[in-house]
Amino acid sequence: MKFFGRFAALRGVSATFSAGRLYVVLGDNGAGKSTLLRVITGLMEPSQGSVTLLGATKVRDVAHRVGYMGHAPLLYDELSGMENLRYFAGLYGIKDGEVSRKAMLMVGLDPDLERRVGQYSQGMRQRLSLARAVLHDPELMLLDEPFSNVDVRSARDMAAVLGRVRDQGKTIFVVTHQAQLMEGVADEFVHMAAGQIAKRVANGPTATAALVGEPGIPRGESMADPEVRTTR
Amino acid sequence: MESSMKKLPPISILFVVALLGVTSYLALAVAPTERTMGDVQRIFYYHVPSGWVAFLCFFINFVASAVYLWRRSEGSDALAAASAEVGVVFCTVLLITGPLWARPVWGIWWTWDARLTTTLVLWLIYVSYLVLRRFSAGGQTQVLAAAFAIFGFVDVPIVYMSIRWFRTQHPSPVMGGGENSGLDPAMAHVFLFNLAAFTLMGIVFLVLRYKLQMSEQALESTHAQAALKGVA
Amino acid sequence: MSTMAIARATLMKDLRMEWRSKDAINSMLFFALLVVVIFSFAFNPTAEESRQIAGGLIWVAFLFAAVVALNQTWARELRNQVLDAYRVSPAPPNALFLAKTIGNFLFVVVLECLMAPLFVIFYELRSVGPVWQLIVVALLGTWALVVNGTFFAALSIRTRSREIMLPLILFPISIPALLGMVDATTSILTGEASPDFWIKMLAVYDIVFTAICLMLFETVLNAE
Repeated sequence: MKFFGRFAALRGVSATFSAGRLYVVLGDNGAGKSTLLRVITGLMEPSQGSVTLLGATKVRDVAHRVGYMGHAPLLYDELSGMENLRYFAGLYGIKDGEVSRKAMLMVGLDPDLERRVGQYSQGMRQRLSLARAVLHDPELMLLDEPFSNVDVRSARDMAAVLGRVRDQGKTIFVVTHQAQLMEGVADEFVHMAAGQIAKRVANGPTATAALVGEPGIPRGESMADPEVRTTR
Repeated sequence: MESSMKKLPPISILFVVALLGVTSYLALAVAPTERTMGDVQRIFYYHVPSGWVAFLCFFINFVASAVYLWRRSEGSDALAAASAEVGVVFCTVLLITGPLWARPVWGIWWTWDARLTTTLVLWLIYVSYLVLRRFSAGGQTQVLAAAFAIFGFVDVPIVYMSIRWFRTQHPSPVMGGGENSGLDPAMAHVFLFNLAAFTLMGIVFLVLRYKLQMSEQALESTHAQAALKGVA
Repeated sequence: MSTMAIARATLMKDLRMEWRSKDAINSMLFFALLVVVIFSFAFNPTAEESRQIAGGLIWVAFLFAAVVALNQTWARELRNQVLDAYRVSPAPPNALFLAKTIGNFLFVVVLECLMAPLFVIFYELRSVGPVWQLIVVALLGTWALVVNGTFFAALSIRTRSREIMLPLILFPISIPALLGMVDATTSILTGEASPDFWIKMLAVYDIVFTAICLMLFETVLNAE
């Protein structure tokens, strides 16, 4: 549970998620999607309850295995792309500049570009933000609105990249308003409403219909190999 | 719980008024007149006990803040908030009665000796503590205030020693050297009684304020629970 | 990477960014200059008197300049919410604190190096006591202001009216340090007393409060 003053952003979220899956979190504004991600990363402490992540009860212990992309860019406007990535790589103990170069190439950006991030286009900034989230090769990725303000083609490319990353055995959570983009790669759609998980729908032929359906009664399913567990 | 809480304030207020009545009678009528200072000296029976209660409250604030940082219990934070407020009130009384006493006796309103200056700084620190509490946004008030309280309290002995040294270098009039040197037994009785009485009053205020704080916190949490059940 | 390595990397990053957006540096340097000039108009003593009061004047001027610098310490980390990126990483919070504090320290020392000669000129100051003692006092005193200032700046980012919150909570706690700095400076300038006690007191103040800051910073950083 998470309270902001008198607003319950999350209430009674009790769920277990498995490794190696790509979860797409959907819901209207205010449904609690971003808050859920922030609680999972440890940026916010739940007002009540606990989070168990990759086998650890304290998120800080596994911080090096978690990657987070926030709603905001999480980048320094005054530095270039490579400078940003090299700094953040350093926070994870990575001294080799090659890692940062590869990350930039992977998202389709030029590592030698000296332009400051403040002068990047929105799409470029989103891509760099994604690069920052994944450059330390985390097992668990939490991405909040990675496609906002990104053109359709780049977004499709990003979605495909995420699918490939999932195929390597990583776990990915994507919060987005644009579920259609993820149709090809998602394993499961998690619908949230009013601070709770309304329903979880595995991806398949019926998934598209479920996307336009109404949220039902809250209850999460438990699956094999639990990796993330948030309990009341 | 509710009915006893309703009974508590009126009884304790009556008690405090009665105590104040008795202490005032003792201080103003019963205690003998001081030889050199005259009747003005009677302020001393209010001045010193106020100081004692103020310092006691600030010490309680320090301990409660430390406990809060360690345990995060609502009770310790409520006690910290309550003790800071009650402490500031008594400290204000101290700072006002001081000059009122000093002016007729020593001819000056104020001097920057170690005791007075430390008291003023103490007052400033805890007023800024209260301002911090009021101005911090959301659920983090308690943590921030508790952290600040540690700083404040540790600073006090440093302040005292600094000004003591400063004053050995730059001597200036020292006031009120007399209260601890040779109290006439009749005065001593009144003084001790007032000391005990003020301490009791301080405790009553503290308990009342603490309960008020706890009620406020309970109210917040009821609202939060309601938000959980009702519409977000 | 270790705490010191991350602190250094963060400090380098901050310095690089500071260097690139020279607006901030320039406006603060100019502000420091203005403060000296205004003080010179407001307090226009003779050469003998000036040595008595210069200690106080200089340190109040430094204090104002420092507060302006401190207020924007965390501003850069709040833009784009980039502080979240640090918090989510395994990097230790104290490394961030050390980097910010040392950065502020260097910056305020630069301001002091600019303002001090101006004070010497405008007030025709000449020190009776040894100048190296003045430097020691300046360094210890600046650290005292900056270490608490950086910590309280972090506190105040989570408050309303944050520009006024910082000086409001910083000044009372800094009073003994200020007293020490002023009296030590005056003692050295006039040569009338030994500043040894103050130097020791400032050192104690620095150690005690640096320790408290390091102990409590993680708690304050993650308060959300």
